[in-house]
Amino acid sequence: MIDFSSTFKMALVSLKVNKMRSILTSLGIIIGVSAVIIMLAVGQGASVKIQKDMASMGSNLLMVSSASVTSGGVRMGQGTRPSLTLKDAYAIRKNCPSVGYVAPYSSEAKQITYGNQNWSTSIAGTTAEYMKIRDWNINLGRNLSEEDILNMSKVAIIGNTVSNELFGDLNPIGKTIRIGGVPFKVIGLLESKGQSSMGQDQDDFVIIPITTGQKKVFGTTFPGTIKMINIKAKNADSIYKAEEEITELLKIRHKIGKKQEDDFQVRNLTQMMETMQSAVKTMSLLLGSIASVSLLVGGIGIMNIMLVSVTERTKEIGIRMAIGAKSNDIRIQFLIESLLLSIIGGIIGLITGVFGAKLIEFFGSMTVYISTFSIVLSLGFSGVIGVAFGYYPAYKASLLNPIDALRYE
Amino acid sequence: MALIDAENIIKTYTTGTGEDCTFYALKGVSLKIEKGEFAAIMGASGSGKSTFMNIIGCLDKPTSGKYFLDGENIVDTRLDKLSEVRNSKLGFVFQGFNLISRTSALENVELPMIYKGIPPKERRERAMEALKIVGLTGKEQNMPNQLSGGQQQRVAIARAIVNDAPVILADEPTGNLDTKTSYEIMDFFVNLNERMGKTIVLVTHEDDIAKYCKRIIRFKDGNIIDDSLNPQKTHSEDAKTRGGAL
Repeated sequence: MIDFSSTFKMALVSLKVNKMRSILTSLGIIIGVSAVIIMLAVGQGASVKIQKDMASMGSNLLMVSSASVTSGGVRMGQGTRPSLTLKDAYAIRKNCPSVGYVAPYSSEAKQITYGNQNWSTSIAGTTAEYMKIRDWNINLGRNLSEEDILNMSKVAIIGNTVSNELFGDLNPIGKTIRIGGVPFKVIGLLESKGQSSMGQDQDDFVIIPITTGQKKVFGTTFPGTIKMINIKAKNADSIYKAEEEITELLKIRHKIGKKQEDDFQVRNLTQMMETMQSAVKTMSLLLGSIASVSLLVGGIGIMNIMLVSVTERTKEIGIRMAIGAKSNDIRIQFLIESLLLSIIGGIIGLITGVFGAKLIEFFGSMTVYISTFSIVLSLGFSGVIGVAFGYYPAYKASLLNPIDALRYE
Repeated sequence: MALIDAENIIKTYTTGTGEDCTFYALKGVSLKIEKGEFAAIMGASGSGKSTFMNIIGCLDKPTSGKYFLDGENIVDTRLDKLSEVRNSKLGFVFQGFNLISRTSALENVELPMIYKGIPPKERRERAMEALKIVGLTGKEQNMPNQLSGGQQQRVAIARAIVNDAPVILADEPTGNLDTKTSYEIMDFFVNLNERMGKTIVLVTHEDDIAKYCKRIIRFKDGNIIDDSLNPQKTHSEDAKTRGGAL
């Protein structure tokens, strides 16, 4: 058995002799590995983004909204039959043990003004618990209080974007803004949350007490109703239990018979996100396997060139055998050559892949995420390909008969 | 026991099916070559001399017969073990030089030692020494295509002696060389034989080349037809002066 460094050096010399050929052969692996890296980076980037969104939205969320109206066979869409009331929200908090926080919610777009500035934004009427549900903090000032809700106080908490548009660098706390002509005192400034997964600015937003909203701001044809109820289950385990409890309670409260359709809808946001997450995973798996095909094609390229190389170097193999190379030495020499081709291709592919992913992030404004797993996977895979596709040519070389090989011209 | 001891070697090739299709390349050849001999094997092409060389060179196995090299039973040895035997006991010099292309003279000479597992530093030193013996100091880094035919053959000789093999097998070593260079190469062989005590078996079909040898063995149709000492062996005085470091 000959030492590894000598075999390694011999293989390197052989590859250097046919430089262009070696580069072109590696190119298949380079493209394959970069494709795998980029595809996985894009897929995992999407997945990471969804996770971030989940965290920004708050966890263990349930959303109850009114169901749709069916009028003469035409279904009118969600929320067209306002059936939820503030009392429903209080009843849920009182009667559902698996529920942690409950926040009734209604919203409408309104023009707001401060001094000579004006801005159109979304006005949300809700309660203090909304902050808890969305894991949102107040940066300056205070949250809504129970008294604000009970007394229908004209107070508002504003988002970062609203503050910038109306107040610029001024401290908004204590200032009075007008929402649709009604004066509101700013009591709090929300911490910035940035864009949502849909590209929506989550900071362009004003929160007022729901009771004040119902009475003074929102124009509704069904007085006393609310758009939806945001609910946070006590913990991740109780979310399905909470869903059942809420459905049961609302069925009783809304007097819905066994055969009747519900006039409300409970949606599990965590579940929705999980569904999205698994869709993205399937997608990235699909992209990854398409990329793997190009890696496989690269492997076939290596095998092809190694077979040519063995035939071309038959005489060299004969000489080596005559002066003492065992068939195993020959096999290892060719195996190391193909392994080098694929590993070098893999490393270059890794570099171009990471670079390509960064380009996509920069120009395509997408989140990409390059995990150690994808690096290990693609490098490992290219190594496996080097051995798998190099084995047959190497084996063929080792089977040569020295006399015939020496006579080969 | 003789260094090379072949007894009743038969080698057949099947050219088709049926009994008539068996071709006898060697029809029962027995030959003993003692340590320190310098033998020429002569014969027309198809006489079986190359087949015989392949067998004593451990590149091929006889169909039947016995062959001992340096006391080792070659017929019953596994193929991988034969590689080791070739590596340590035999040095090959071929007609077409058979250097590995695009590999420097030094690395070509190092090759047998790589397969023997000699550490790189010692390998380098011994290869340099062998190249010095054949008078190629300064040409170590030359590629084979940067060397003349005679120089290439000297690299091949350096490669054959670098592992201290007792036997050198040369298959028409001067076949591709002009007359003057041929004589120079033969002088090297004479010196290897006389000064380093190498046993040399050389295949040739040129009489003036065979004249350098102490013993001439003639093959015809798969048999030895003549085996005699060479009475008018060329004792070139030039050989000793031209042989350089030898």
